[in-house]
Amino acid sequence: MAELREVISTGNDLAAIAAVDAGCRFFAGYPITPSSEVMHTISDLLPTVGGAAIQMEDEIAGVAAAIGAGMSGVRTLTATSGPGISLKAENLGLAQMAEVPLVVINVMRGGPSTGLPTRVSQGDVAQAKNPSHGDYKSITVCAGNLAECYTETVRAFNLADRFMQPVFVLLDETLGHMHGKAMIPTAEEVQAGIKPRKTFDGAPEEYRPYGVAQDEPAVLNPMFKGYRYHYTGLHHDAMGFPTEEIETCRKLIDRLFRKVEEHTDEIESNEEYMLDDAEILLIGYGSASLAIKEAVSVLRAEGIKVGMFRPITLWPSPEQTMYELGQKFDKVLSVELNQGQYLEEIQRAMGRKDIEKLTKTNGRPFSPADIIEKVKEVF
Amino acid sequence: MAFNYDSYLRLEKMPTLWCWGCGDGIVLKSFIRAIDKLGLSKDEVCVVSGIGCSGRFSSYVDFNTVHTTHGRTVAFATGIKLANPDKTVVCVAGDGDALAIGGNHTIHGCRRNIDMTLIIIQNFIYGLTNSQTSPTTPQGMWTVSQKAGNIDPTFDGCKLAEAAGASFVARETVTSPKKLEKIMVEAIKHKGFSYVEALSNCHINLGRKNKMQSAMENLDWIDSITTPKKKYDALSPEEQLNLLPTGILKQDTEVREYCDMYEDIKAVHQGKRGPITQDDFKKKI
Repeated sequence: MAELREVISTGNDLAAIAAVDAGCRFFAGYPITPSSEVMHTISDLLPTVGGAAIQMEDEIAGVAAAIGAGMSGVRTLTATSGPGISLKAENLGLAQMAEVPLVVINVMRGGPSTGLPTRVSQGDVAQAKNPSHGDYKSITVCAGNLAECYTETVRAFNLADRFMQPVFVLLDETLGHMHGKAMIPTAEEVQAGIKPRKTFDGAPEEYRPYGVAQDEPAVLNPMFKGYRYHYTGLHHDAMGFPTEEIETCRKLIDRLFRKVEEHTDEIESNEEYMLDDAEILLIGYGSASLAIKEAVSVLRAEGIKVGMFRPITLWPSPEQTMYELGQKFDKVLSVELNQGQYLEEIQRAMGRKDIEKLTKTNGRPFSPADIIEKVKEVF
Repeated sequence: MAFNYDSYLRLEKMPTLWCWGCGDGIVLKSFIRAIDKLGLSKDEVCVVSGIGCSGRFSSYVDFNTVHTTHGRTVAFATGIKLANPDKTVVCVAGDGDALAIGGNHTIHGCRRNIDMTLIIIQNFIYGLTNSQTSPTTPQGMWTVSQKAGNIDPTFDGCKLAEAAGASFVARETVTSPKKLEKIMVEAIKHKGFSYVEALSNCHINLGRKNKMQSAMENLDWIDSITTPKKKYDALSPEEQLNLLPTGILKQDTEVREYCDMYEDIKAVHQGKRGPITQDDFKKKI
């Protein structure tokens, strides 16, 4: 077992610390509740280690500058909340298309629109799957406790460099502002586990940044090192130059899907909690899982055998795992702080519609009592 | 001996998508000559463009090149520059790109005074999308989105850049390619945000319904509305009304550049100096 360190911190601070420990050296963002503390903390940390953090003029510029740094070869981060993602969407599409790695932390608050700025929600789960127009495959991880605000941010940086695309880290207001004890890996261990993006070190004239196997991401060397190529949001050829050639266009989008779909084993991450002898399956993620776990303990003390399945990677979803759970459990309850955004994915993966749901969209977190009551009501 | 552009061009991308007689090619060649004159290697330069005819500029030149989203050129470039302060970053944008959809980023790039050059190819119209009104389209001209005649007041980008804090502001026309080259040399050399407006022709989309159907007519019109700053300054307000001054309009070498100031932030956090206070700045408000 790796050595852990005990820290007392908040989710937002832990995410910022994780980024720097994971080798992030650039941040650009714009103030927005409830994520601003990520920027506050990282603007102290980055200059200390020789990096840079900048508050830009708007959310659009925040993600643009972060992507620019990422294009140049630096590990890069932006952080925001739902309204900010809406504004960043177009440039996130460019990062998907041009295959620029970056981590985007979304500390979710109530929506739609300005919504409930200081209150919790999980309303951006569907948005995280397709924030921008066009076809691409999102990678989204979701922290379920304070420690995971750290560990999932670290994992997101490695995933971004492995798959060369933006990776979302979903926190929410509850976790972002939660202040408490967490056991997290040491910075040394995180640094030892950094898996930087692949680079090409052959002759520049043989370099084809986008000319890769159909299930692999682009190999984008850092700028200014003798490998000159082109970034564009247009359909592009092996050197990154715009093209409308039919087969090249088809293969590009096919590859953007397959580089993720054919390697989901490297991305999927779940927690199974007291499922072995369970008769009722609760599915939840993020901060909602904290209330679910408490409810599981209380219900079990009353002799009701419940357990929880928690996807940590939300997109791509753990389809096969959920399908198998759907075969095993008759009684399934989905619990989320939205109107059932992930429920649709659970239904699709399980191939069944008879899944009970508990939802909440009034800006308040679940209490274990909400879940206990629902379980007793429907099962 | 004639200048050889070949080593700076991505020749396999030729011909460009620009129309016959378009001034964008003059801007491109002036830029290449400026880079050559400055003796910069192709590896240490990054060219960032936006959307529009000017957006394709970056794909034709053999540097580290980025074609971004509409209007966001300066924002992307800010990330590239701040992460690589010792490299040369040049943005190329159109008038709609930099002054309409990207206006906010232009303003704040100027304000930050981050060391990069923004070249705006200003042709008074949306060219690539076929003749819609741009923020610089003169009132009374025909556009496809205002066929009755454009009523939208125009924008003087150079005045905007000056007011927003750019430490280098210049305007030149594609009818004076040597001057344009010289201004680009000065702009790229300048440590700070350099705003360069290159007035260019679009006889296809601006000219077609505004009695400038040929490149020459459009270029003559550009010459007729411009005059060197020195002459311009000597004119009365009435005489200045329908003229745009050319040349270097502002150059401030005193004001500190952003990446340079950011080194102070690093020094504070690394315990190498005390906190930055108002005493560090001449201008306090």
